Amino acid sequence: MATNPMTQFEVYRIGPEIKVGAFDISFTNASLFMIVSSLAILIIFNLGSKKNSLLPNKIQLLAELSYTFVSKMISDTAGSKAKPYFSFIFSLFMFVLFCNMFGMIPYTFTVTSHIIVTFMLASFIFIGVTIIGFIKHGFGYLKLFVPSGVPVVLLPLIVIIEIISYLSRPISLSVRLFANMMAGHTMMKVFGGFVISLGLIGGWLPLSFSVALTGLEILVAFLQAYVFAILTCIYLNDALNLHH
Amino acid sequence: MIKKIFFQSIFFNLLFFKEVFGAESGGMPQLNPEFWISQIFWLTITFGVLYIVLSKLILPKISLNLELRKSQIQDNIEAAEKQRENSEAKLKEFDDIITKSKLRARNIYQEAREKALKEINLKREALDKQIDEEIKKVDQEIKLLKKSAPEKINKIAIESTSALVKELIGAEVNSSSISAIVDDLSKRNGDKYYGN
Repeated sequence: MATNPMTQFEVYRIGPEIKVGAFDISFTNASLFMIVSSLAILIIFNLGSKKNSLLPNKIQLLAELSYTFVSKMISDTAGSKAKPYFSFIFSLFMFVLFCNMFGMIPYTFTVTSHIIVTFMLASFIFIGVTIIGFIKHGFGYLKLFVPSGVPVVLLPLIVIIEIISYLSRPISLSVRLFANMMAGHTMMKVFGGFVISLGLIGGWLPLSFSVALTGLEILVAFLQAYVFAILTCIYLNDALNLHH
Repeated sequence: MIKKIFFQSIFFNLLFFKEVFGAESGGMPQLNPEFWISQIFWLTITFGVLYIVLSKLILPKISLNLELRKSQIQDNIEAAEKQRENSEAKLKEFDDIITKSKLRARNIYQEAREKALKEINLKREALDKQIDEEIKKVDQEIKLLKKSAPEKINKIAIESTSALVKELIGAEVNSSSISAIVDDLSKRNGDKYYGN
């Protein structure tokens, strides 16, 4: 039944089952929407960068504004040293944003509402940032866990807290995005269900609520992509400019 | 209220993780590991392709476009600045020419005025001299006339007196005696009649 608000998150196979060894890598609706989002990004930005006119047209303006937006975000939070990672953060931001936004279309699938996807992205960022930190600073990167100006008595406790907070980064990063997307979509589904069950007379209130929620969810979709990208920048800043 | 129930349901779902796995419907499909490998695989592929294409093909083009536009605008601004400077220099030149020509015009006017004044003065002096000379001549003539006037008057007086005497008495009177009387009279009363 479609009345269960969680059925929208179900993953199902499209086409035949594909197995590599013991692993099932079948093409699913999640894969479809990952590909759709990536293709949409590539098409938009390819059109936006095709020809260079002094007065940009709308799609070129969109591409260039996104470019400057992300590049300003990176330089503001992580400084000029983060320039080599611009493409990665740009792709990450756009991917999350487009997956979130495609999820806002009714009857679509939200890729980012799955903890495994967000957790993979977050752990990739976490591992990458840790590697960058150790390459840049060697074992000096461990100074990240020892804040300056802390009394010696408190130091063991602080170090433990810092280590825990550092290790919980991928979890907090992934759960934030996943929970926001899932909660929002479930709420919308619940209110949509109320519209049906309350019928023509009582259904207007949840309908108006649903409309308001759609606006809110679009905002959240953008905001969570932004938060995801900016937290990546902040982690990168920790790894590049070690001053705790 | 509904929100509360909803979050409670999620919370309890998380608590009874195992039971949720067992249940086909009602649990969180996100926690069903059936398609985890598939999702990881497809995420890696799509995100990898997206990253490679964006970083190698599209983003450099956009950055190049932006830089080209920036430099083009900069060039245009510089060209405009240059033209402005040029026009300012031209304006200055023009102003210089105007002030110079004004100065020259004033000089020419001054010179012409001085020249004209000089000429006028010269002519006036010449005229003054001429007038003075004429006046002197006339004065001399007048003086001469004044000097000769008493004698002539005396002569006339003598003649007319002798003629009158002849008519009155019918005898010739000695002209020397008449002239003596006239002289005496004119010497006494000459000032009255001639003003000198």
